[in-house]
Amino acid sequence: MPKLTPEQIHAIIREEFGTEAVSDLDNSRTMPNFTVLDHSLWQPIAYFMRTDERLKFDYLACLSGVDYNDGTLGVVYNLESLAAYQHKIAVKLKCTKEKNVVPSVAEIWRTAEWHEREAYDLVGIIFDGHPDLRRILCPEDWEGHPLRKDYKVQEYYHGIKVPY
Amino acid sequence: MAETIEHTPKTRLSQVGANQYIVEKDLETEYMTINMGPQHPSTHGVLRVELVTDGEVVVKATPYLGYLHRCFEKHAEALDYQQVIPYTDRMDYLAAMNTEHAYVMAIEKLLNIEVPRRIEFMRVIVAELQRIASHQVAIATYGLDIGAFTPFLHIMRDREHILTLLEWLCGARMLYNYIWVGGVSHNFPPKFKQRVAEFVKYYKPKVDEMMALLTENELFIERTRGVGILPADVAINYGCSGPMLRGSGVKWDLRKNDPYSIYPELEFDVVVPDGKLSIIGDSLSRHLVRCYEIYESLKIIQQCIDKMPEDPNFDPHAAVPKRIKPPAGEVYARGENPRGEVGFYVISDGKSTKPFRCKARSGCFVNLSVLPELAKGNLISDVVAILGSIDIVLGEVDR
Repeated sequence: MPKLTPEQIHAIIREEFGTEAVSDLDNSRTMPNFTVLDHSLWQPIAYFMRTDERLKFDYLACLSGVDYNDGTLGVVYNLESLAAYQHKIAVKLKCTKEKNVVPSVAEIWRTAEWHEREAYDLVGIIFDGHPDLRRILCPEDWEGHPLRKDYKVQEYYHGIKVPY
Repeated sequence: MAETIEHTPKTRLSQVGANQYIVEKDLETEYMTINMGPQHPSTHGVLRVELVTDGEVVVKATPYLGYLHRCFEKHAEALDYQQVIPYTDRMDYLAAMNTEHAYVMAIEKLLNIEVPRRIEFMRVIVAELQRIASHQVAIATYGLDIGAFTPFLHIMRDREHILTLLEWLCGARMLYNYIWVGGVSHNFPPKFKQRVAEFVKYYKPKVDEMMALLTENELFIERTRGVGILPADVAINYGCSGPMLRGSGVKWDLRKNDPYSIYPELEFDVVVPDGKLSIIGDSLSRHLVRCYEIYESLKIIQQCIDKMPEDPNFDPHAAVPKRIKPPAGEVYARGENPRGEVGFYVISDGKSTKPFRCKARSGCFVNLSVLPELAKGNLISDVVAILGSIDIVLGEVDR
Protein backbone atom coordinates (compact mmCIF):
# COMPACT_ATOMS: atom_id res chain seq x y z
CA MET A 1 0.00 0.00 0.00
CA PRO A 2 1.33 3.42 -0.87
CA LYS A 3 1.74 6.50 1.23
CA LEU A 4 -1.48 8.50 0.97
CA THR A 5 -1.84 12.22 0.43
CA PRO A 6 -3.94 14.27 2.89
CA GLU A 7 -6.69 14.51 0.25
CA GLN A 8 -6.93 10.74 -0.03
CA ILE A 9 -6.97 10.28 3.75
CA HIS A 10 -9.71 12.87 4.06
CA ALA A 11 -11.69 11.21 1.24
CA ILE A 12 -11.50 7.80 2.94
CA ILE A 13 -12.86 9.22 6.19
CA ARG A 14 -15.68 11.07 4.41
CA GLU A 15 -16.55 7.93 2.49
CA GLU A 16 -16.78 5.95 5.73
CA PHE A 17 -18.51 8.44 8.01
CA GLY A 18 -20.36 10.75 5.59
CA THR A 19 -19.74 14.35 4.64
CA GLU A 20 -21.37 15.75 7.78
CA ALA A 21 -18.90 14.13 10.17
CA VAL A 22 -15.79 16.09 9.25
CA SER A 23 -15.11 19.51 7.76
CA ASP A 24 -13.38 20.18 4.46
CA LEU A 25 -9.67 19.57 4.33
CA ASP A 26 -7.50 22.58 5.13
CA ASN A 27 -4.59 21.65 2.91
CA SER A 28 -2.16 24.22 4.25
CA ARG A 29 1.51 24.11 3.35
CA THR A 30 2.69 23.63 6.89
CA MET A 31 0.12 21.31 8.42
CA PRO A 32 -2.79 19.74 6.46
CA ASN A 33 -5.70 19.21 8.81
CA PHE A 34 -9.45 18.73 9.12
CA THR A 35 -11.91 19.23 11.94
CA VAL A 36 -14.23 16.60 13.35
CA LEU A 37 -17.62 18.31 13.58
CA ASP A 38 -19.65 15.62 15.33
CA HIS A 39 -18.09 14.88 18.73
CA SER A 40 -19.95 11.61 19.15
CA LEU A 41 -18.19 10.29 16.04
CA TRP A 42 -14.64 11.14 17.14
CA GLN A 43 -13.97 7.89 18.99
CA PRO A 44 -15.22 5.71 16.08
CA ILE A 45 -13.22 7.83 13.62
CA ALA A 46 -10.09 7.56 15.77
CA TYR A 47 -10.49 3.80 16.06
CA PHE A 48 -11.09 3.55 12.32
CA MET A 49 -8.00 5.65 11.60
CA ARG A 50 -5.85 3.42 13.78
CA THR A 51 -7.10 0.08 12.49
CA ASP A 52 -8.10 0.58 8.84
CA GLU A 53 -5.79 -1.23 6.42
CA ARG A 54 -5.36 1.83 4.21
CA LEU A 55 -4.71 4.34 7.00
CA LYS A 56 -3.02 2.60 9.99
CA PHE A 57 -2.43 5.72 12.05
CA ASP A 58 -0.74 3.89 14.91
CA TYR A 59 1.29 6.79 16.32
CA LEU A 60 -0.12 9.87 18.01
CA ALA A 61 2.82 12.23 17.76
CA CYS A 62 1.37 15.19 19.61
CA LEU A 63 -1.82 16.32 21.27
CA SER A 64 -2.18 20.04 22.02
CA GLY A 65 -4.93 21.91 23.77
CA VAL A 66 -5.51 25.44 22.47
CA ASP A 67 -7.52 28.42 23.68
CA TYR A 68 -8.47 30.31 20.53
CA ASN A 69 -9.46 33.44 22.50
CA ASP A 70 -12.88 33.66 20.87
CA GLY A 71 -14.80 31.56 23.34
CA THR A 72 -13.71 28.26 21.82
CA LEU A 73 -11.15 25.72 22.92
CA GLY A 74 -9.60 23.17 20.66
CA VAL A 75 -7.60 19.98 20.65
CA VAL A 76 -5.14 19.22 17.88
CA TYR A 77 -4.01 15.67 17.21
CA ASN A 78 -0.92 15.09 15.04
CA LEU A 79 -1.24 11.57 13.73
CA GLU A 80 1.19 9.46 11.83
CA SER A 81 1.36 5.96 10.41
CA LEU A 82 4.70 4.94 11.86
CA ALA A 83 4.96 1.22 11.25
CA ALA A 84 3.16 1.03 7.91
CA TYR A 85 3.05 3.93 5.46
CA GLN A 86 4.50 7.01 7.14
CA HIS A 87 1.78 9.40 6.01
CA LYS A 88 0.55 11.98 8.46
CA ILE A 89 -2.35 14.31 9.09
CA ALA A 90 -3.63 16.58 11.82
CA VAL A 91 -7.13 16.33 13.24
CA LYS A 92 -8.85 19.07 15.23
CA LEU A 93 -11.73 19.09 17.65
CA LYS A 94 -13.39 22.22 18.95
CA CYS A 95 -15.62 22.95 21.90
CA THR A 96 -16.91 26.02 23.67
CA LYS A 97 -15.59 27.35 26.97
CA GLU A 98 -18.92 26.67 28.64
CA LYS A 99 -19.23 23.12 27.35
CA ASN A 100 -15.57 22.14 27.50
CA VAL A 101 -15.94 18.40 27.03
CA VAL A 102 -14.46 16.28 24.24
CA PRO A 103 -14.27 12.48 23.98
CA SER A 104 -11.05 10.88 25.16
CA VAL A 105 -8.90 8.73 22.89
CA ALA A 106 -6.72 7.35 25.70
CA GLU A 107 -8.06 3.87 25.06
CA ILE A 108 -7.10 4.04 21.40
CA TRP A 109 -3.65 5.57 21.70
CA ARG A 110 -2.33 5.05 25.22
CA THR A 111 0.06 7.95 24.79
CA ALA A 112 -2.98 10.24 24.84
CA GLU A 113 -3.47 9.48 28.53
CA TRP A 114 -0.74 11.83 29.72
CA HIS A 115 -1.21 14.28 26.88
CA GLU A 116 -4.89 14.65 27.76
CA ARG A 117 -4.07 15.12 31.42
CA GLU A 118 -1.71 17.89 30.37
CA ALA A 119 -4.36 19.55 28.17
CA TYR A 120 -6.82 19.30 31.06
CA ASP A 121 -4.30 20.78 33.46
CA LEU A 122 -3.12 23.70 31.36
CA VAL A 123 -6.07 24.52 29.11
CA GLY A 124 -8.98 23.11 31.08
CA ILE A 125 -10.50 20.74 28.55
CA ILE A 126 -12.35 17.80 30.08
CA PHE A 127 -11.85 14.49 28.32
CA ASP A 128 -14.89 12.29 28.61
CA GLY A 129 -13.94 8.67 29.22
CA HIS A 130 -10.38 9.29 30.39
CA PRO A 131 -9.31 6.65 32.93
CA ASP A 132 -7.58 9.02 35.35
CA LEU A 133 -8.15 12.69 34.62
CA ARG A 134 -6.02 14.56 37.17
CA ARG A 135 -3.67 17.50 36.93
CA ILE A 136 -0.22 16.40 35.86
CA LEU A 137 2.16 19.38 35.84
CA CYS A 138 0.57 21.87 38.24
CA PRO A 139 -0.13 20.96 41.88
CA GLU A 140 -3.44 19.21 42.45
CA ASP A 141 -4.94 22.16 44.34
CA TRP A 142 -3.88 24.82 41.85
CA GLU A 143 -6.60 27.22 40.76
CA GLY A 144 -7.40 27.89 37.13
CA HIS A 145 -5.83 26.69 33.92
CA PRO A 146 -2.66 28.64 33.05
CA LEU A 147 -2.85 28.49 29.26
CA ARG A 148 -6.32 30.04 29.09
CA LYS A 149 -5.98 33.48 27.54
CA ASP A 150 -8.02 35.04 30.35
CA TYR A 151 -6.04 33.31 33.09
CA LYS A 152 -5.41 35.30 36.24
CA VAL A 153 -2.90 33.88 38.64
CA GLN A 154 -4.11 33.34 42.18
CA GLU A 155 -2.93 35.76 44.88
CA TYR A 156 -1.74 33.24 47.41
CA TYR A 157 -0.92 29.57 47.26
CA HIS A 158 -0.64 27.98 50.73
CA GLY A 159 0.29 31.35 52.19
CA ILE A 160 2.97 32.03 49.57
CA LYS A 161 2.50 35.09 47.38
CA VAL A 162 2.33 33.89 43.77
CA PRO A 163 2.87 36.91 41.47
CA TYR A 164 6.26 38.32 42.36
CA MET B 1 -3.86 6.28 46.65
CA ALA B 2 -7.30 6.69 45.21
CA GLU B 3 -7.85 3.06 44.38
CA THR B 4 -7.30 0.07 46.61
CA ILE B 5 -5.46 -3.00 45.44
CA GLU B 6 -6.82 -6.20 46.86
CA HIS B 7 -5.73 -9.83 46.84
CA THR B 8 -2.74 -10.92 48.87
CA PRO B 9 -1.42 -14.24 47.58
CA LYS B 10 0.47 -16.61 49.82
CA THR B 11 2.73 -18.02 47.18
CA ARG B 12 3.97 -15.98 44.35
CA LEU B 13 6.29 -16.32 41.44
CA SER B 14 7.76 -13.34 39.72
CA GLN B 15 10.12 -13.20 36.81
CA VAL B 16 12.96 -10.80 37.41
CA GLY B 17 15.33 -11.55 34.58
CA ALA B 18 15.56 -13.63 31.44
CA ASN B 19 16.05 -16.90 33.31
CA GLN B 20 15.57 -15.73 36.84
CA TYR B 21 12.55 -16.20 39.05
CA ILE B 22 11.77 -15.41 42.63
CA VAL B 23 9.51 -17.82 44.50
CA GLU B 24 8.02 -16.70 47.78
CA LYS B 25 6.09 -19.32 49.74
CA ASP B 26 3.66 -19.21 52.66
CA LEU B 27 4.16 -15.57 53.31
CA GLU B 28 1.56 -13.35 54.84
CA THR B 29 2.30 -10.31 52.76
CA GLU B 30 0.99 -6.83 52.99
CA TYR B 31 1.27 -4.15 50.39
CA MET B 32 3.39 -1.22 51.30
CA THR B 33 3.42 2.16 49.60
CA ILE B 34 6.78 3.82 49.35
CA ASN B 35 7.92 6.96 47.62
CA MET B 36 10.92 6.93 45.35
CA GLY B 37 11.97 10.54 45.04
CA PRO B 38 11.58 13.44 44.58
CA GLN B 39 15.05 13.55 46.14
CA HIS B 40 16.47 10.27 44.93
CA PRO B 41 19.72 10.01 42.97
CA SER B 42 18.40 7.50 40.45
CA THR B 43 15.38 9.55 39.41
CA HIS B 44 17.77 11.95 37.63
CA GLY B 45 16.12 15.02 39.02
CA VAL B 46 12.93 15.73 40.86
CA LEU B 47 10.64 12.91 39.90
CA ARG B 48 8.52 11.10 42.44
CA VAL B 49 7.42 7.56 41.75
CA GLU B 50 4.90 6.11 44.14
CA LEU B 51 5.54 2.38 44.38
CA VAL B 52 3.09 -0.10 45.81
CA THR B 53 5.25 -3.03 46.76
CA ASP B 54 4.70 -6.58 47.86
CA GLY B 55 7.97 -7.34 49.60
CA GLU B 56 10.61 -6.47 47.03
CA VAL B 57 8.27 -6.75 44.08
CA VAL B 58 6.57 -3.70 42.61
CA VAL B 59 2.83 -4.11 42.14
CA LYS B 60 2.10 -0.64 40.87
CA ALA B 61 4.19 2.37 40.02
CA THR B 62 2.71 5.83 39.57
CA PRO B 63 4.96 8.71 38.51
CA TYR B 64 4.15 12.17 39.83
CA LEU B 65 5.65 15.00 37.83
CA GLY B 66 5.65 18.75 37.93
CA TYR B 67 8.31 19.50 40.51
CA LEU B 68 10.31 21.35 37.84
CA HIS B 69 7.36 22.81 35.97
CA ARG B 70 8.02 26.35 34.75
CA CYS B 71 5.25 26.56 32.15
CA PHE B 72 7.46 27.14 29.15
CA GLU B 73 4.36 27.39 26.99
CA LYS B 74 2.96 30.33 28.94
CA HIS B 75 6.32 32.10 28.86
CA ALA B 76 6.55 31.57 25.09
CA GLU B 77 3.24 33.38 24.56
CA ALA B 78 4.69 36.51 26.18
CA LEU B 79 7.95 36.60 24.20
CA ASP B 80 9.05 37.36 20.66
CA TYR B 81 9.84 34.40 18.47
CA GLN B 82 13.61 34.87 18.85
CA GLN B 83 13.40 35.31 22.60
CA VAL B 84 11.85 31.87 23.02
CA ILE B 85 15.07 30.14 21.89
CA PRO B 86 16.92 30.46 25.25
CA TYR B 87 13.86 29.00 26.97
CA THR B 88 13.97 25.94 24.73
CA ASP B 89 17.57 25.45 25.89
CA ARG B 90 16.35 25.09 29.42
CA MET B 91 13.91 22.33 28.57
CA ASP B 92 16.35 19.54 27.83
CA TYR B 93 19.46 21.07 29.28
CA LEU B 94 21.63 18.14 28.21
CA ALA B 95 20.63 18.47 24.56
CA ALA B 96 20.04 22.19 24.18
CA MET B 97 21.28 22.41 20.58
CA ASN B 98 18.89 19.75 19.34
CA THR B 99 15.89 21.37 20.99
CA GLU B 100 16.84 24.77 19.57
CA HIS B 101 17.14 23.17 16.16
CA ALA B 102 13.62 21.73 16.33
CA TYR B 103 12.12 25.03 17.49
CA VAL B 104 13.95 27.06 14.87
CA MET B 105 12.79 24.69 12.14
CA ALA B 106 9.19 25.26 13.19
CA ILE B 107 9.54 29.03 12.84
CA GLU B 108 11.42 28.74 9.55
CA LYS B 109 8.64 26.55 8.21
CA LEU B 110 6.07 29.16 9.23
CA LEU B 111 8.09 31.93 7.62
CA ASN B 112 8.86 29.74 4.60
CA ILE B 113 12.50 30.81 4.41
CA GLU B 114 15.53 28.96 3.11
CA VAL B 115 18.68 28.74 5.19
CA PRO B 116 22.16 28.98 3.61
CA ARG B 117 23.74 25.61 2.98
CA ARG B 118 26.77 26.28 5.16
CA ILE B 119 24.48 27.12 8.10
CA GLU B 120 22.79 23.73 7.78
CA PHE B 121 26.17 22.01 8.00
CA MET B 122 27.13 24.06 11.05
CA ARG B 123 23.85 23.19 12.73
CA VAL B 124 24.23 19.50 12.07
CA ILE B 125 27.80 19.46 13.39
CA VAL B 126 26.84 21.12 16.67
CA ALA B 127 23.67 19.04 16.98
CA GLU B 128 25.60 15.81 16.56
CA LEU B 129 28.30 16.93 19.00
CA GLN B 130 25.52 17.63 21.42
CA ARG B 131 23.97 14.25 20.76
CA ILE B 132 27.24 12.56 21.69
CA ALA B 133 27.54 14.66 24.86
CA SER B 134 23.98 13.84 25.81
CA HIS B 135 24.36 10.11 25.22
CA GLN B 136 27.57 10.22 27.24
CA VAL B 137 25.69 11.56 30.25
CA ALA B 138 22.94 9.01 29.72
CA ILE B 139 25.40 6.12 29.58
CA ALA B 140 27.56 7.41 32.42
CA THR B 141 24.72 8.00 34.85
CA TYR B 142 23.16 4.71 33.87
CA GLY B 143 26.33 2.99 34.96
CA LEU B 144 26.27 5.06 38.12
CA ASP B 145 22.70 3.99 38.90
CA ILE B 146 23.65 0.37 38.65
CA GLY B 147 26.84 0.72 40.63
CA ALA B 148 29.64 1.22 38.09
CA PHE B 149 31.48 4.35 39.11
CA THR B 150 34.66 4.22 36.99
CA PRO B 151 33.03 4.54 33.55
CA PHE B 152 31.37 7.73 34.77
CA LEU B 153 34.74 9.40 35.32
CA HIS B 154 36.13 8.22 31.98
CA ILE B 155 33.07 9.41 30.09
CA MET B 156 32.93 12.79 31.82
CA ARG B 157 36.57 13.37 30.91
CA ASP B 158 35.69 12.95 27.23
CA ARG B 159 32.50 14.97 27.50
CA GLU B 160 34.60 17.88 28.70
CA HIS B 161 36.20 18.07 25.23
CA ILE B 162 32.82 18.60 23.60
CA LEU B 163 31.78 21.22 26.13
CA THR B 164 35.07 23.04 25.61
CA LEU B 165 34.53 23.03 21.85
CA LEU B 166 31.02 24.43 22.20
CA GLU B 167 32.17 26.98 24.73
CA TRP B 168 34.80 28.14 22.29
CA LEU B 169 32.12 28.40 19.63
CA CYS B 170 29.51 30.46 21.47
CA GLY B 171 30.68 31.16 24.99
CA ALA B 172 28.33 28.86 26.86
CA ARG B 173 28.90 25.35 28.06
CA MET B 174 25.38 24.03 28.34
CA LEU B 175 22.71 26.56 27.36
CA TYR B 176 23.88 28.00 24.09
CA ASN B 177 21.28 30.15 22.30
CA TYR B 178 23.41 29.29 19.28
CA ILE B 179 20.94 28.32 16.58
CA TRP B 180 18.90 31.32 15.49
CA VAL B 181 16.00 31.65 13.12
CA GLY B 182 17.64 31.84 9.69
CA GLY B 183 21.18 31.41 10.93
CA VAL B 184 23.44 30.86 13.89
CA SER B 185 24.85 33.30 16.42
CA HIS B 186 28.57 32.89 15.63
CA ASN B 187 30.56 31.70 12.67
CA PHE B 188 32.94 28.81 13.27
CA PRO B 189 36.20 30.24 14.65
CA PRO B 190 39.36 29.61 12.61
CA LYS B 191 40.66 26.05 13.03
CA PHE B 192 37.39 24.99 14.69
CA LYS B 193 36.83 22.33 12.03
CA GLN B 194 40.29 20.90 12.53
CA ARG B 195 39.71 20.71 16.27
CA VAL B 196 36.44 18.88 15.74
CA ALA B 197 38.17 16.49 13.37
CA GLU B 198 40.85 15.90 15.99
CA PHE B 199 38.18 15.20 18.56
CA VAL B 200 36.50 12.64 16.28
CA LYS B 201 39.84 10.92 15.78
CA TYR B 202 40.56 11.01 19.50
CA TYR B 203 37.16 9.88 20.63
CA LYS B 204 36.59 6.82 18.41
CA PRO B 205 38.95 4.53 20.38
CA LYS B 206 37.54 5.93 23.61
CA VAL B 207 34.08 4.69 22.65
CA ASP B 208 35.52 1.21 22.22
CA GLU B 209 37.10 1.59 25.63
CA MET B 210 33.80 2.68 27.13
CA MET B 211 32.05 -0.31 25.59
CA ALA B 212 34.68 -2.64 27.01
CA LEU B 213 34.52 -1.02 30.41
CA LEU B 214 30.77 -0.84 30.86
CA THR B 215 28.71 -2.59 28.23
CA GLU B 216 30.69 -5.81 28.19
CA ASN B 217 30.86 -5.95 31.96
CA GLU B 218 29.24 -9.16 33.21
CA LEU B 219 27.66 -7.48 36.22
CA PHE B 220 26.20 -4.73 34.08
CA ILE B 221 24.68 -7.23 31.68
CA GLU B 222 23.25 -9.25 34.56
CA ARG B 223 21.55 -6.18 35.92
CA THR B 224 20.06 -4.97 32.65
CA ARG B 225 19.50 -7.95 30.37
CA GLY B 226 15.85 -8.94 30.19
CA VAL B 227 14.77 -6.22 32.61
CA GLY B 228 11.80 -4.10 31.59
CA ILE B 229 11.02 -5.58 28.21
CA LEU B 230 8.99 -3.21 26.06
CA PRO B 231 7.39 -4.86 23.00
CA ALA B 232 7.41 -2.87 19.77
CA ASP B 233 3.63 -2.50 19.43
CA VAL B 234 3.30 -1.26 23.00
CA ALA B 235 6.15 1.19 22.39
CA ILE B 236 4.40 2.63 19.33
CA ASN B 237 1.02 2.82 21.05
CA TYR B 238 2.57 4.65 23.97
CA GLY B 239 4.16 7.08 21.52
CA CYS B 240 7.73 6.21 22.49
CA SER B 241 10.47 7.58 20.28
CA GLY B 242 14.23 7.83 20.05
CA PRO B 243 16.40 5.11 21.60
CA MET B 244 13.38 3.88 23.54
CA LEU B 245 11.57 2.94 20.32
CA ARG B 246 14.67 1.71 18.51
CA GLY B 247 15.56 -0.41 21.52
CA SER B 248 12.33 -2.28 20.86
CA GLY B 249 13.55 -3.06 17.35
CA VAL B 250 11.60 -0.41 15.41
CA LYS B 251 13.82 1.16 12.79
CA TRP B 252 12.52 4.69 13.17
CA ASP B 253 14.64 7.79 13.19
CA LEU B 254 13.31 11.17 12.16
CA ARG B 255 16.64 11.99 10.57
CA LYS B 256 15.86 9.20 8.06
CA ASN B 257 12.08 8.84 8.13
CA ASP B 258 11.10 12.51 8.12
CA PRO B 259 14.36 14.04 6.96
CA TYR B 260 15.20 17.61 7.78
CA SER B 261 18.22 19.88 7.33
CA ILE B 262 20.96 18.11 5.32
CA TYR B 263 20.51 14.67 6.85
CA PRO B 264 19.32 13.11 3.54
CA GLU B 265 22.77 13.81 2.04
CA LEU B 266 24.63 12.05 4.82
CA GLU B 267 25.30 8.37 5.22
CA PHE B 268 24.54 6.78 8.54
CA ASP B 269 22.65 3.80 9.88
CA VAL B 270 19.66 3.71 12.14
CA VAL B 271 20.79 1.50 15.00
CA VAL B 272 18.51 -1.23 16.26
CA PRO B 273 19.61 -4.07 18.57
CA ASP B 274 20.29 -7.39 16.87
CA GLY B 275 19.29 -9.52 19.84
CA LYS B 276 22.68 -11.20 20.25
CA LEU B 277 23.77 -9.57 23.48
CA SER B 278 20.41 -8.30 24.66
CA ILE B 279 16.79 -9.39 24.48
CA ILE B 280 15.09 -6.99 22.08
CA GLY B 281 13.20 -4.33 23.99
CA ASP B 282 14.96 -4.67 27.36
CA SER B 283 17.00 -2.09 29.24
CA LEU B 284 20.26 -3.36 27.78
CA SER B 285 18.94 -2.87 24.23
CA ARG B 286 18.17 0.77 24.94
CA HIS B 287 21.65 1.21 26.37
CA LEU B 288 23.22 -0.48 23.34
CA VAL B 289 21.32 1.77 20.94
CA ARG B 290 22.81 4.83 22.67
CA CYS B 291 26.31 3.37 22.53
CA TYR B 292 26.15 2.59 18.83
CA GLU B 293 24.52 5.91 18.03
CA ILE B 294 27.68 7.60 19.22
CA TYR B 295 29.56 5.86 16.40
CA GLU B 296 26.93 7.03 13.90
CA SER B 297 27.13 10.60 15.17
CA LEU B 298 30.91 10.54 14.79
CA LYS B 299 30.41 9.34 11.22
CA ILE B 300 28.00 12.20 10.53
CA ILE B 301 30.35 14.81 11.97
CA GLN B 302 33.24 13.52 9.85
CA GLN B 303 31.13 13.72 6.68
CA CYS B 304 29.93 17.22 7.54
CA ILE B 305 33.49 18.42 8.03
CA ASP B 306 34.48 17.01 4.64
CA LYS B 307 31.46 18.34 2.76
CA MET B 308 30.99 21.72 4.40
CA PRO B 309 31.41 24.59 1.91
CA GLU B 310 34.29 26.93 2.72
CA ASP B 311 33.69 30.65 2.75
CA PRO B 312 36.13 32.94 4.58
CA ASN B 313 33.80 35.98 4.51
CA PHE B 314 30.75 34.07 5.61
CA ASP B 315 28.18 36.04 7.57
CA PRO B 316 26.05 33.75 9.73
CA HIS B 317 23.53 36.54 10.28
CA ALA B 318 22.92 37.20 6.57
CA ALA B 319 19.60 35.34 6.42
CA VAL B 320 18.44 36.20 9.94
CA PRO B 321 15.20 38.19 9.74
CA LYS B 322 15.21 41.41 11.74
CA ARG B 323 11.59 41.24 12.81
CA ILE B 324 9.80 37.92 12.82
CA LYS B 325 6.11 38.20 12.04
CA PRO B 326 4.99 35.01 10.30
CA PRO B 327 1.75 34.86 8.29
CA ALA B 328 -1.22 33.36 10.09
CA GLY B 329 -0.94 29.61 10.23
CA GLU B 330 0.13 26.69 12.28
CA VAL B 331 2.93 24.18 12.08
CA TYR B 332 4.12 21.05 13.77
CA ALA B 333 7.86 20.64 13.26
CA ARG B 334 10.00 18.07 14.96
CA GLY B 335 13.51 16.83 15.27
CA GLU B 336 15.25 13.72 16.48
CA ASN B 337 16.65 14.52 19.89
CA PRO B 338 18.90 12.18 21.87
CA ARG B 339 15.85 11.45 24.01
CA GLY B 340 13.30 11.05 21.28
CA GLU B 341 11.08 13.17 19.13
CA VAL B 342 10.86 16.79 20.18
CA GLY B 343 8.16 18.67 18.36
CA PHE B 344 6.90 22.21 18.46
CA TYR B 345 3.33 23.02 17.58
CA VAL B 346 3.27 26.74 16.92
CA ILE B 347 0.26 28.85 15.97
CA SER B 348 0.81 32.33 14.56
CA ASP B 349 -2.10 34.75 14.38
CA GLY B 350 -0.37 36.80 11.68
CA LYS B 351 -0.68 40.04 13.64
CA SER B 352 1.92 39.87 16.36
CA THR B 353 5.59 39.08 16.81
CA LYS B 354 4.77 36.62 19.57
CA PRO B 355 3.50 33.08 19.11
CA PHE B 356 -0.21 32.69 19.77
CA ARG B 357 0.40 29.18 21.07
CA CYS B 358 3.65 27.28 21.36
CA LYS B 359 3.26 23.70 22.48
CA ALA B 360 6.35 21.62 23.09
CA ARG B 361 6.02 17.91 22.61
CA SER B 362 8.69 16.38 24.77
CA GLY B 363 10.21 13.00 24.10
CA CYS B 364 10.98 12.18 27.74
CA PHE B 365 7.49 13.10 28.90
CA VAL B 366 5.99 10.56 26.53
CA ASN B 367 8.68 7.94 27.13
CA LEU B 368 8.17 8.22 30.87
CA SER B 369 4.45 7.49 30.53
CA VAL B 370 5.32 3.86 29.80
CA LEU B 371 7.09 3.44 33.18
CA PRO B 372 4.07 2.03 35.09
CA GLU B 373 3.78 -0.63 32.42
CA LEU B 374 7.48 -1.56 32.61
CA ALA B 375 7.89 -1.43 36.38
CA LYS B 376 5.01 -3.74 37.18
CA GLY B 377 6.22 -7.10 38.53
CA ASN B 378 9.87 -6.12 38.76
CA LEU B 379 12.06 -5.67 41.82
CA ILE B 380 12.53 -2.22 43.32
CA SER B 381 16.19 -2.24 42.32
CA ASP B 382 15.13 -3.01 38.75
CA VAL B 383 12.91 0.05 38.70
CA VAL B 384 16.17 1.98 39.04
CA ALA B 385 17.58 0.09 36.06
CA ILE B 386 14.44 0.71 34.00
CA LEU B 387 14.23 4.39 34.88
CA GLY B 388 17.88 4.84 33.96
CA SER B 389 17.37 3.15 30.62
CA ILE B 390 14.46 5.46 29.76
CA ASP B 391 16.93 8.32 30.23
CA ILE B 392 14.80 11.21 31.37
CA VAL B 393 15.73 14.83 31.88
CA LEU B 394 13.20 16.35 34.23
CA GLY B 395 13.63 19.77 32.70
CA GLU B 396 12.06 18.39 29.56
CA VAL B 397 9.47 16.19 31.25
CA ASP B 398 8.04 19.07 33.25
CA ARG B 399 8.93 21.91 30.87
